[in-house]
Amino acid sequence: MRKVYHRPEGLTDTLMRYCPGCGHGIIHRIIAELLVELNIRERTVGIAPVGCSVFADEYFNCDMIQPAHGRGPAVATGLKRANPDLIVFSYQGDGDLAAIGTAEIVHAAARNENFTVIFVNNAIYGMTGGQLAPTTLPNMVSTTTPRGRNTKLAGNPIRVCELLNSLDGPVYINRTSVHTPQWVLKTKKAIKRGFEIQMAKKGFALIEVLSMCPTNWRMSPIESSRWIEEVMSKYYELKLFRDLTKEEK
Amino acid sequence: MPKNRTEVLVDVCKGCGLCVEFCPKKIIRLSDDINSSGYHPAEIIDQEKCIGCGFCYLICPEPAMVIYREER
Amino acid sequence: MSERYLFRGNHAIAEGAMRAGCRFFAGYPITPQNEIPEYFSARMPDYGGVFLQTESEIAAINMLFGASAAGVRAMTTSSSPGISLMQEGISYSCGADLPMVIANVVRGGPGLGNIAPAQSDYFQATRGGGHGDYRTPVLAPNSVQEMFEFPKLAFELAERYRTPVIILADGLLGQMIEPLEYTFDPVDPKTLPKKDYILDGCKGRERRVIRSYDLRPGYLEKLNFERIKKYQKIEAEEVRYETDHLDDAEFVIIAYGTCSRVAKAAVRLARNNGVKMGLLRPITLWPFPKKMIEELTGKTRLFIVVEMSMGQMIEDVELVVKGKAPVRLIPHPGGGIPTAREIWERFQQFREEL
Repeated sequence: MRKVYHRPEGLTDTLMRYCPGCGHGIIHRIIAELLVELNIRERTVGIAPVGCSVFADEYFNCDMIQPAHGRGPAVATGLKRANPDLIVFSYQGDGDLAAIGTAEIVHAAARNENFTVIFVNNAIYGMTGGQLAPTTLPNMVSTTTPRGRNTKLAGNPIRVCELLNSLDGPVYINRTSVHTPQWVLKTKKAIKRGFEIQMAKKGFALIEVLSMCPTNWRMSPIESSRWIEEVMSKYYELKLFRDLTKEEK
Repeated sequence: MPKNRTEVLVDVCKGCGLCVEFCPKKIIRLSDDINSSGYHPAEIIDQEKCIGCGFCYLICPEPAMVIYREER
Repeated sequence: MSERYLFRGNHAIAEGAMRAGCRFFAGYPITPQNEIPEYFSARMPDYGGVFLQTESEIAAINMLFGASAAGVRAMTTSSSPGISLMQEGISYSCGADLPMVIANVVRGGPGLGNIAPAQSDYFQATRGGGHGDYRTPVLAPNSVQEMFEFPKLAFELAERYRTPVIILADGLLGQMIEPLEYTFDPVDPKTLPKKDYILDGCKGRERRVIRSYDLRPGYLEKLNFERIKKYQKIEAEEVRYETDHLDDAEFVIIAYGTCSRVAKAAVRLARNNGVKMGLLRPITLWPFPKKMIEELTGKTRLFIVVEMSMGQMIEDVELVVKGKAPVRLIPHPGGGIPTAREIWERFQQFREEL
């Protein structure tokens, strides 16, 4: 018998400290598999955000850097422009990317910086304990919208892919999810595309991944998976927004 | 000897149950035992029926699954 | 004598930086330092480096965080409000021990203030400026020649101690035009020693991580004690200052940057009037020339601190003098520049009051 699926070499031996059923682990594993499959692990620098996945710098078996909250795209710009031979990915959550780091992601996309962004959207602040995120759905309960997100008071969610899709800069924008095995495979394909675009020096790719946060959603992991299927993916449409490399053909 | 095999890394598993939900052959359940981290880990109840699809691995956040497939 | 060129201070600092091997510049326009990014944008392509006008000073400093981690000599420049925005990135860079050079062409504050020369960012520069326990070396030029030379010194200090280094200039030094001599050969970055901490892919070595946090109980304290040792070494070895007529001085002016030039004229005026006045000009504001002031304390009848701020550096002077000699202040908060005549007149008042 042949071992077909096992912990990839792109992850360190450190066991991940995420909550049971958290989507971060799945997305980490996908990236780690690609580092090996694309043979880029030894020339990659990953950027860990601030938030639950701040510890990503312990989990990816490649050079890692952990900057200030939301500044991943600026740090990625510095790294990649200073050393264009590197493969750079910025791993960011919704608070990091769509709240405090909005300016950095929009301008990196507008400049079509040649790096890959993995944007994990779980519609909540995980690390700090379940507060309102820029992507928290209308009427969704968080610890700072205990009566549900009233859009008149707390404003409306931000759809990042749609927002960035209004720019001329980005090469690739895709929104996927990891709530079922099928979607895990699609996410892997999308992130692979993002890395390939960078390797071909074509430019900016962002893959938004809807991800479960059972702990702060106050749901079981299985309920969380269903909630993405039935509710969250209706608000955040799962689709390929742009692949300019296809239009070239 | 089964054609395919799924192994659970018992002490890596956090017992989230996603593999149980998505196993197409319904051959995974959460054990009554408690692992070193205090979780009820997944266990394979009927190895013979495993088709080696890897769904449990794909949806596992840890990953605590190792999948073997028969050589073709 | 080699050739001399007429240079604006802001152009000189940019030329000096690129000749010192700077190959990455990111910044956001703000008066009175706009000539710096303009000059970088024109010349950096010739040096094969990166110039980027950013969306904000926050982005600029974080691009330096990345570029420095990649191993290049990286610099940004701004003026007071922009430097406030950079404090987050400076704190993180200190926490991650990343070398970089940040020049502040100071203008009047607080707030939007004005665009006149000022020294009111002294506290911010010398105390760390952002959150957490850290210091950054601060170099204070007082001429176009030093605007040209200090980026090289700043990069050397930054790399020797793996720390951000601040060049604290002001709007006058940025705008004024003086003769300049190219006092050093251009540095080829390829000839610099290879850094053993940079992120260039883990081929053939253990993976590296650059970060500013350690959540394990007790570890951050250990790490910070290590960094404090570095600061103590900087305090012991990197103090720089200039003196003028101190040997027999009964009265000592302490002033840096633009004020030190005015103070020099005031010393001349005093000497012409038979008064034994001298000048101590700190070049490094941190580390501060404490020992020199200690030595002067025993033989000085009066210290006069002249600064284009409300009285910031005077606190460092008083911390050394400890009340053993009178210390008086001539402040100019809000963009005013003192004159030699003014210093002379205020000195006479101070002397009468002794």
